[in-house]
This record gives sequence, structure tokens and C-alpha cells, in this order.
Amino acid sequence: MTISATTPRTASTTLVSGEPAGIRAIGLTKSYDTVQAVRGIDLVIAPRETVALLGPNGAGKTTTIDMVLGLTRSDAGSVSVFGVPPATAVRSGLVGGMLQTGSLPDHLRIRELLTLVASYYPKPLGVDDVLRRTGLSDLAERWTTKLSGGQAQRVRFATALVTNADLLVLDEPTAGIDVEGRHEFWEAMRGIAAEGKTVVFATHYLEEADAFADRIVLIARGSIVADGPATEIKAKAGSRTIRATLPVGDLQSLLALPGVMNVERHGETVVLSCADADAALPALFARFPEVRDVEAAGGSLEEAFLELTAEPVEPRPKEVAE
Amino acid sequence: MSAATHVRYELLRSFRNRLTWALSLALPLVVYYAVASGQRHAFVYAAGVSFPLYFMTGMAAYGAMFAAIGPGGRLARDRARGWTRQLRITPLRARTDYLAKTLAAYLVALPALVLVFLAGVTLGVRLGAAQWLEMSGLLLIGLVPFVLMGIILGHLVATDALVPVMGWLVVFFALFGGAFGSLFNSGAMLTVVKGLPSYWLVHAGAAALLHGDWPAEGWIVLACWTAALVPLAVLAYRHDTGEA
Repeated sequence: MTISATTPRTASTTLVSGEPAGIRAIGLTKSYDTVQAVRGIDLVIAPRETVALLGPNGAGKTTTIDMVLGLTRSDAGSVSVFGVPPATAVRSGLVGGMLQTGSLPDHLRIRELLTLVASYYPKPLGVDDVLRRTGLSDLAERWTTKLSGGQAQRVRFATALVTNADLLVLDEPTAGIDVEGRHEFWEAMRGIAAEGKTVVFATHYLEEADAFADRIVLIARGSIVADGPATEIKAKAGSRTIRATLPVGDLQSLLALPGVMNVERHGETVVLSCADADAALPALFARFPEVRDVEAAGGSLEEAFLELTAEPVEPRPKEVAE
Repeated sequence: MSAATHVRYELLRSFRNRLTWALSLALPLVVYYAVASGQRHAFVYAAGVSFPLYFMTGMAAYGAMFAAIGPGGRLARDRARGWTRQLRITPLRARTDYLAKTLAAYLVALPALVLVFLAGVTLGVRLGAAQWLEMSGLLLIGLVPFVLMGIILGHLVATDALVPVMGWLVVFFALFGGAFGSLFNSGAMLTVVKGLPSYWLVHAGAAALLHGDWPAEGWIVLACWTAALVPLAVLAYRHDTGEA
């Protein structure tokens, strides 16, 4: 079952500007043997958008990326990249990527590797420029096989960068990079995004998705469970809690308030778990003017993430209309 | 987006893989000296040439086959490293990559031939320039199926199984093709081995030396193997990279 949590942006299949979407994936599914890795993903990404695919390991992020890149054929559904099939976009040099797995080819120096990859593309960046941006200038003459894990990861990022392709797809780009390196990485990425690239990256680091992406697509168990700006994701998670002192009011009427998903009463204290605290608060004041000591705690993105990606143990709580 | 850079780095990587390179060059040379130096004055009556010359043509074919199949090893390493998959999301075309791998195969095969020829000269082989050239030319053309086999194996065979598989394959083709001395001079088995590309690789020497005897059959066999292996290489590429 697909839990629909799409924003108006993704619901539309044509962009307002009329230009082809950077990525348009409709109804993608993919199974490996008995495991359903992706179960119906609809994703439309506009040109120049920076989107994080956020989800735990095994959520289907990499399979989705592989289908978008044309590396894996979907069981059902369709994908286009800048309005053409992935293979055509790849062949035209519109796509630069950094796959999750893999190491670098041997018997090459870093500068040579970047020169090689640049030669495949119609309008690559200068190799020296890319070396500088990725902090690899000092390692330019190093053999690709003589690098630490973090250095190799930076080289892999540099190979994606040097393509200067309009769409950059990065699967877990900062895996294995230390905190400082990660900071440098996102600095470099900000530069790229500012140049009008469409950037899609997969991550399971919440703070990266929050800090860097225009939009977060939360994937769990092969489906998109939420899609929107980081703030919207947090709101969707139902992890905002309102506590108040309220001697009156039965549970049913509290639960009937808009945006409220769960109610607990401890003596005179009520605890409302809200999907939409913005709607619940004014309704609470209106319905129960005697309410006192109201506290609203915003959930962290971490909580939102856990909430939205948790294995459902029972039927989903009621979906709240927006 | 030119193929020149890819070809250049493919050759460079092949050359930098010194150990493989050196072993590819040394193997036919060592076998040649080990076998032929003790029999440098022997004569092969069936072929009508001296033993060092007879065995030189066989070892040239063997060494060239060994060298030609080699780029498959690099392909398998790149595959194991996930690099072939990374290449699949670049505009690099498979045919450009295969062209580069073919040239890299010849970069190793050509010196292997020259070294075996030089070894022949040290054991008293003397030929005219036209004969050397014709023999080399036919050998290089006859290598095409082996370059393709290397690519196919590089795509399909697990890296740790690749060395024994390639070793077996080369020895099989060399042995039945007659690189170590012809096994069959008549009968049904001769007809069978004439269907092997390696038979014609070995025969290239004989053709250039003896009677200029390179029948249409030779071209047909090589063309058939090539025609069969090219689609197989394409299939192997697709199977390997998951391309639809």
C-alpha cells in the first residue's frame, strides 16, 4: 500500500514552466526474488531542484536511483530524465553520478582519472578546478589505489563533479567521510547547486537532508512516506505534543479536534499527540477556553524520521486531511 | 567527447600493469627456448621446415593468444570494483571501450610476437621481410576472436575464477590448434580442429613460410568466430551491466 503524502508539487505531472522535469518517475516498482524493494514510487523533480532521498538502509533509495539512471530496469512504471529515457539522457551527457558501491580503477593517478571521466562529457569542468573544489589538489598525482576511504570517496565525488552534467545523482555521497570532510563536501555541493544543477542525493543522515536539500523525499519500505520541505516533514510526523492542564473534556471530544492523533489523560493533565499542531492549538483554545499551562513541543526531524519510517505494527493511525 | 583519451588511458593502464605485461611476454619465450634450444638442428619433415622455425610459429600464436585475451582480466577487475557500472552512467559507448581494449590487446600481443620472432632468429631462423610481414599480419588478424573471448570472459566470469578459466581456454585452443605441434594431420579430427580460430593462427606461420597457402576456409572460420562472438560480447555487456 502506498501511503499518499504527496505535496501539490509532486502531484502535478507537468511543470508550470512547461520545461521537461529533471526526473519524472511514475509508478516504479522493483522486486528482487521475493523482496519487493520498491513498491510504487512517484517522483517528479524539477530542473535546478536539490532533493534528498532520505531513508533507512534497505528502504529502496539505491534501487530507485538505479532505475532513474537506467542501471536497473523497473518491473513496472516509467522514468524519464529531462523528458527522455534515462539511457538517452546518459548518452547525451546530461547525467553525472556517484554510485554507492565501488572503488576506483587501478593503474591511474587521480588527475588522470578525472581527465578520463571529463573526456566522456560534452562540457566538463576543468580538472584543476575540480581538484581544488574537492580539496584534492595535493593528491592529484596519487595513485587511485593508494587512498584512504575518505579520500577515495572524495575522488568519487570529484568524478561526478567534473562531468558538469545538468543532473547530478549522488548515492550516499558522504558515507565514510569524517565530519570535517563532510563539511567541505557540502560546501562544494552548495557551489554546484548554485550553478543551476539538478541535484538528487540519497542519505540516511537527517541533518544533511535538512541542511542541504530544498525538499526531502522520505522513503521507507519501498514507498514514499513523505515528500516536502523539511519543516513539512516534521509537521507530518505527528510527533508534536501539546500538554495542557484541562480538568474537563472527555477523550473523544479531544480526539475530535483537528490535527490530533492521540490523547492521553493523567489526572488534570492532557497530552495530545498532533499531526498538525498548528490546527490543533487554536481549536483547543476555542473548544476549551478553560485550558491552562499549554506547552507545545516540536518534534525533531530525528523523531519525524523514526515515526515515518517505523514498521507499522497496526493499521496506520488516521490520516489527517490538510 | 572523443575516444582518444579513453584509448590512451586504456593503453597506459595496460602498460602500467607491468607484471601481467612481463609475464605475457615471457611465457611464450620461455617455452620456446626450453623446447627449441635443445633441438635447434632438428628438422620437421611433415612440415618441411627446421624445428626452431616450426615451433616459433606455434609459440608466436600461443603468445599472441595469451596476450590478446589479457584485457579481459582488467575488465574483470574494473567490474569487481564497480567501475564498469560507473562507466555505464557516462556517455562512453561500449564500442569505444571495446576498441580501446582491442588496441590494448594488440599493444601486448605485438611485442610478444616480435620477441618470439627474435628468439627464433637467435636459434637460426632466417626469413625474408615479406614473410615476416605476412606472418605477422595474418597472426594479428587471427587474434580478433581471442580479444573478443577475453572481453566476454571479463564480463561474465567471477574474478577469482578468471585466471584458471582463461588459462584453460588458451591452452585448449593452443593445443588443439597445433601451437605445440599439430595433433592431427588427417581424418575427421583434422576437419574439427580446422574449425578452431587457433588452427589458423598457427597456420599463419606455415602459410607465410611454405607455400603462401591461406585458403578461403581460413578467412571463413575467422569471420564466423568473429560474427558469433560479437553478439555474445554485446549480450555479455548487457547481462553484466543490467542494461535493458
